Amino acid sequence: MSAQTEVELAELGPSRAGAPRAGLATRLRRLRWGLAACAVLLLVVASAIFAPQISPHDPLSVNIRHRLAPPAWMEGGAARHLLGTDQVGRDLLSRIIYGGRVSLVVGAGAVLIAATIGVLLGLGAGYFGGRTDWTIMTLINVMLTFPFVLLALAVIAVLGPSLPNMILVLGVAGWPIYARVIRAETMAIREREFVLAGRALGMSHARIVFRQIAPNLVSVIVVIATLQVAQVIIFESFLSFLGLGIQPPTPAWGNMLGEGRVYMLNSWWIATFPGLAIFLTTLVINLMGNALRDWLDPHLKL
Amino acid sequence: MRPYLARQLVQLVVVVFGISLLAFGILHVLGDPVLLLLPQNAGIQEFERYRHLLGLDRPLYVQYWKFVSGAVRGDFGKSWYADTPAFKLVLERMPPTIYLTLAGLLVALLISLPLGILAALKRHSWIDTLCTGLAVAGQATPLFWLGIMLIIVFAVRLKLLPASGYGTWQNFLLPAFCLGATLAPITMRLVRSGVIEVMNMEFIKTARAKGLAEPAVVVKHAFRNACIPVITVLGLQFGQLLGGAIITETVFAWPGVATLTVESIRNQDFPVVQCAVILLALLIVGVNLIVDLIVGLIDPRIRART
Repeated sequence: MSAQTEVELAELGPSRAGAPRAGLATRLRRLRWGLAACAVLLLVVASAIFAPQISPHDPLSVNIRHRLAPPAWMEGGAARHLLGTDQVGRDLLSRIIYGGRVSLVVGAGAVLIAATIGVLLGLGAGYFGGRTDWTIMTLINVMLTFPFVLLALAVIAVLGPSLPNMILVLGVAGWPIYARVIRAETMAIREREFVLAGRALGMSHARIVFRQIAPNLVSVIVVIATLQVAQVIIFESFLSFLGLGIQPPTPAWGNMLGEGRVYMLNSWWIATFPGLAIFLTTLVINLMGNALRDWLDPHLKL
Repeated sequence: MRPYLARQLVQLVVVVFGISLLAFGILHVLGDPVLLLLPQNAGIQEFERYRHLLGLDRPLYVQYWKFVSGAVRGDFGKSWYADTPAFKLVLERMPPTIYLTLAGLLVALLISLPLGILAALKRHSWIDTLCTGLAVAGQATPLFWLGIMLIIVFAVRLKLLPASGYGTWQNFLLPAFCLGATLAPITMRLVRSGVIEVMNMEFIKTARAKGLAEPAVVVKHAFRNACIPVITVLGLQFGQLLGGAIITETVFAWPGVATLTVESIRNQDFPVVQCAVILLALLIVGVNLIVDLIVGLIDPRIRART
């Protein structure tokens, strides 16, 4: 999952080093996309927070008589179920609105855990170097060798599927990308004058790392974290899709998709709309991440 | 070349050791095999008896040693579900996974190489914009959803291709495209930035200055050099590709290691899960090593780097 983010970041390298900085017009145009994405994301977040107020139906209320109703614009669709209903007659739109809660909570929670572990280890490896660096780098290599999906599957299999477990697994599996980038940045900053001056003044290691080095890394961390939220959301929905994540009847985009797969022969909408919700959310988060990257301009080299 | 090789091998050993620790730890430290193996209403004595029987009452390092010495000989224990060695079960399912991965890689290259090169050569043109747009959209598309959409369109509606199954070339088309399409965006962006970087180099100017035709400049000078970062990253991405293959398998009911792993997780069949995880990780480590060696052969600068 980290590879994509890495490419996003790495793309900065050559184009920025060689070519002159993009013109104001281009930068504004890029920012415009970012702002639009940000607005859509706010809408998604707001609809998740205010789900009880805005969703037209109870996401759990079953109505067998209206089961498998197509979207409102199709023949046989009813206006009261805009996106149609699922196999037991639950309103799809309401379930999608509620499902956003799971995705956003898991995304934010897992990224928080991953960033905390990754940043601390990255700072340690980059600042102390030597054996500490070697140990942490080896750990990173082991983690990167494991396909993320496989690791998450194996751990969930032992711990059992639940919301906290999923946040924990995705968080603990996601730290290497932060550690790698932060390590490289720290190594560069470590040699700067203000750090040397701090050391000469007799500052403690902790003070140098957290007061002098860490503040310089905030924009990098923000950019990686934003892009990672999108990845975590996709993985969360995959786990739920397999039935190893959020358990039904709690609505989550992933388990709705999984349930919809069974009915895809006749009722395509059950699997299609939750997937569109995942697509839209990850798309706007990615766009926002790219815009943030351009705006904050972290000079990342990987 | 020899110190380079030695360095790679040392790292390989360390990584393999780490993988074995991780695979062992997931079952024995995070969980308790006996709790998973016995029904919940079993008595305490029964638990203790099984614990002793399986050697789980001995110190962890003794258990780990037993696990590793067995694993080295290809003995991962018997499946708790089917009465077959786990190793044999996993090995039987390996070829479909590898074929799918290779087919996906091929599709990804077929999409990303031409598009990436075109986008780089016609920078800021509509082709470039289109490619960037496709890449952004592609990266936001969940692979398993794409798979289902492909099935709905091509198998259910148009009835052109089979929705699942294995054996004929038709069976390969949808899964391979699905997997390839998700890897393509990253690869395309890499090819694009690689070619852009190379086209700004001095030797390209030299090649042009000596009057070489533009196609020859692109193919002979630019592309070859742009290949190095692409090969490196593709190699490192093999893990991600395999991860994608795992997702693809579960969507198309492909009879590979991943469907076996997911089945085994559902059945709580841990010897098989452990064996599958380790073998897949070893496969990735092996491919990464080979890629490193190839890149080292192509580019002497990398060999010198620590």
